[in-house]
Order: sequence, then C-alpha cells, then structure tokens
Amino acid sequence: MSDVQTEVLAKQEGEAQTLLETQLLTRRFGTLTAVDGLSVSIKSGEMFGLVGPNGAGKTTVIKMLTTLLPPTSGNAWVAGYDIVKHASSVRRIIGYVPQLVSADGALTGYENLLIFAKLYAIPRAEREQRIRDSLEFMGLAEVSDKLVRNYSGGMIRRLEVAQSMLHRPKALFLDEPTVGLDPIARKAVWEHIKRLRTDLGTTFLLTTHYMEEADHLCDRVAIMHLGKVAAIGTPAELKASIGGNGVTLEDVFVHYTGAELDSGSYREVSRTRRAARRLA
Amino acid sequence: MRYQEQGGLHEDLLNLKWTTPGNILAAITNFAGATLTIAELEARKLHHDSTELITRAVQPALWLLIFGEVLARVRAIPTGNLSYIDFMTPGILAQSVLFIAIFYGIAVIWERDLGILHKLLASPAPRAALVLGKALSAGERGLSQAVIIYLLALALGVRINWTITAVVGVLVVVVLGSALFSTFSLIVACLVRTRERFMGVGQLLTMPLFFASNAIYPISIMPIWLQTISQVNPLTYEVDALRALMIVGGPTVYGLMVDLAMLLVTIAILVIMAARLYPRVIF
Repeated sequence: MSDVQTEVLAKQEGEAQTLLETQLLTRRFGTLTAVDGLSVSIKSGEMFGLVGPNGAGKTTVIKMLTTLLPPTSGNAWVAGYDIVKHASSVRRIIGYVPQLVSADGALTGYENLLIFAKLYAIPRAEREQRIRDSLEFMGLAEVSDKLVRNYSGGMIRRLEVAQSMLHRPKALFLDEPTVGLDPIARKAVWEHIKRLRTDLGTTFLLTTHYMEEADHLCDRVAIMHLGKVAAIGTPAELKASIGGNGVTLEDVFVHYTGAELDSGSYREVSRTRRAARRLA
Repeated sequence: MRYQEQGGLHEDLLNLKWTTPGNILAAITNFAGATLTIAELEARKLHHDSTELITRAVQPALWLLIFGEVLARVRAIPTGNLSYIDFMTPGILAQSVLFIAIFYGIAVIWERDLGILHKLLASPAPRAALVLGKALSAGERGLSQAVIIYLLALALGVRINWTITAVVGVLVVVVLGSALFSTFSLIVACLVRTRERFMGVGQLLTMPLFFASNAIYPISIMPIWLQTISQVNPLTYEVDALRALMIVGGPTVYGLMVDLAMLLVTIAILVIMAARLYPRVIF
C-alpha cells in the first residue's frame, strides 16, 4: 500500500466522524486577505452554515474546498483527501452548486442532468433511472424536456441541486442557494435540501447571508466577518451566548461583528444582482 | 503564481504507479468519455438553435462570389494549372473555419460569468478533456461550414474531387483546423479574461493569420519576410492539405503527411497549454 493511501486511511479512521476539516485555511488576493486562518471541522451528515455579509469570504472558502482555488496557506481535507494534493479524488466525492446560475439555459432540464451524469461516469445502466428519479424528486418531471431558459428561478435552483446530487456525493457545497428567490421558491428549495439530507445522509456546507435561512436549516453556523470566524455554534448556542429570549440570529451577527448586514463591494453587489435577475 | 495545478492528470499518473494496464485503460476511457460528453453538450445546444449556422454561410459566399469572381478576371495571381476559383475555394473553406474558431474562446469567459465553468471544473473530468471537448465541438461548427462551401463550389463549377477518401479527408482537416484555432482562442480568452478585451484581440489576430497564409495567393509571390511568417502559420498547412484533397489536381507544397503532422503537433501543444490555463480563469 502506498504512503498516500495509508495517510488517507489514517485520516479517515482517526476521525471517523469528521468529514471535512480545515486548518488555518488562508487565501490572499494581493494585499487583501479574503479568508484568514479558517479552522473548522464538520461532522459527517451535518448541515453546516457559513453566514456573513457579501465580501466576508464565504465564497472564497467554498472555492477552495471545491478545489477551484488553491489556498495561499493552510490546508483542508474532505473525507481524508487533501484538497490540493488529492484534488481529483476530492472532485469525485463532492457536489457543488455555485452562487452564479450554472444550469445551461440552451439545454433542457433532462439534458443538463444527462451531461453531468456522463461527466461523473455514472454507469449507463443506472443513468436513466437516476435522472428520472431526481427529476421526480425535485418536482421537475413535467418540465424535463423544456429548455431551462424558460424555467423559473426556483426551478433552476432545484435543477442545479439535482445536477450536483446525481453522483451521490459525500459532501455538497451550496453557495447562496436561495439568493434572488421569492419566499415561496426559497421555502421549496429548503424543503428539498432537507429531504435530500434525510434520505441520503449527505453532509452539507452552505453559505447564506439570510440569517433566517441559517437558523432554519443549519445544525451549526459559523459567522464570518472580514475573512475570519467571529463566532461558531448551533443557532441556539449562538443566541444563548448573547443572552436573552427573543434574540434572533441577526442580533447575534450584529453583536459579534459590530457590522450591519448590508456591506459588500460594488463587484459583489452587481454579481448578486445579476444572479438574482437571471433567476427572477 | 507558483501554484501548480495538481490533481488532474498529474495526480492520476501518480495513482497509477502501482496499478495494472486495466487501470490505465480505464483512465483513457474516462478521458475519452469526458471529451465526448463536452462535445455532445455543444452538439445538443446547436441542435436546439441552429440559426447561427445559417448566418455563418453569408461571409464565405461573399468571398467566393465577389472577391473570387473579380480576381479570376484579373488573372493577376499565378495558380499553376488551377483556375483561380479552384485555387481559392479550399482557402475560403479554411478561412471560414478560422473565423468561427478564432472567436470560440469567448465561450469560456461567458461560461465563467454564468457559473457553468465553475461546475465543470469542480467535476472529476480531466482538464485536458474539457479543453479537447471544446475543440471538437468547434469542429462540429466547422463541418457545417464545409457543407456550405461544398454547395457553393458546386454552384460555381469548381472541379471538386468527389472520391470518398478525398471528402472524408477534407472533413478531417476541417475538424483539425477548427480544433487548433479554437484552442488557440481559448488560450487567448484565458489570458485576457474579459469579453471586451477578447473581442479586440480576436479582431487583431484574424486578418494577419488569414493574409499571412496561402489561402488566397501562393506563398511564392510573397516578400521573403512574409514567406517566413507564413511557414510558421498553421493555417498554411491546413490550406495546403485542403487544396490537395478537395480539388482535382490540387497541388500540395509540403505533402499531406507534413501538413497533418504539423496540425496534430500544434493541437497537442495548444491543448496542454490550455489545460493549464483553463482553471485559472475563475481565480
């Protein structure tokens, strides 16, 4: 057995419960430190939320964990695989729904799923059934042969979640899954995510700047501010930590960061709006 | 940027050290599968909306009907045993393939802005397969141009070589030419990173590539400095191969094998370069 395999196995055994771990994960862009020494560990089957305003570094964390962006320093492991050294092994076991709209509007919903089933090398014998099942599960069976450019925002997001789950990933990364959706579509996306988790036991890491969403969905939440974790815990713990009944996660956020929620650079804001417009 | 892209082929090769030929075969199958999937993705898009292919027919028609007819009357260009229109038709095929392929890279900027690229890069598909799949899908568009040029050539009475091997040969060269210039375009897109800059650079590249080649006049009539440039221009070898294959009695200056080798080697180099640059577009 090779050193690499031994190392991976040791990590998997030693921390049977931990699916994802980061150690002093850092990313700089020039002089800006987007993510500053992030160390968290996420248990298998957990729904973990990264919350914070635009520009807090949430998306940069996700890009590093999905192997799209190399860390400047520090490291992270998904199911024991190093995100830099074993990047292609990591890619096989994760799913990813980017903040930007990633379903292809010029294809039908079915075709979007078919292409990804093939890219993930899902065996031909199972392919058709899995696609049909996931369309059914996400409530998209009726529109599967329509072009995605005619879908509503909520339908597009549900299709994207379906796409990212076809290969049954161990960890699913959702970057702002409900940005730009109306409250009804948002609730529908939440319900589907929760059911996926109960049915398949997938570990979720999601980012959001809606505190209500984090409160509703997540087992544990890390509040990020200027690239650092300002506070971490279950929503209840976080609320209790600033004492008092009737406290919302929003109050917790303001308490720990001393910031209002509506910051963010011009670029971030225009990107969020662009995504929102395409989903509207 | 000292960071070296790991994972991908590099990691796959490391993992293969202690494995059997069966696993190597699996890696190759996996690579081919991903490449064809990307090509299929583009083919399906074209199938849903093929208006693009029809509007693309106008430009080569104008070149052949106006430029070609006028220059044929002037008889200014020495084309050996061929009539000027016979000489020029393969050149215009190569040109229309070039003009499509050279702007093909903008798709990567587009896909990055949409988020499609993020998801492709987070998938286990090897980077080089993503690039090669794109190159093949440019070939699909190139083939539609070949059909149009064949029809125009038929109408203009060009002496076309209709043997099966010749026609298949032409189509293969068209796919290679599309793959080559679309991958070049992809590299440019990865370097300039925005749509506006890309359009500027694309315009800048097209005409020199076209005029510094044997597409509409033989290299022998060029000044020496331009001859030198033409001989390192891959378009020259594409045209040379097309002229030999497409036209009855069509001459080849370098020989078909040299032409094909030049195209294949250039494609291989460009794909390797593009596979390294591709993941950085989203940084």
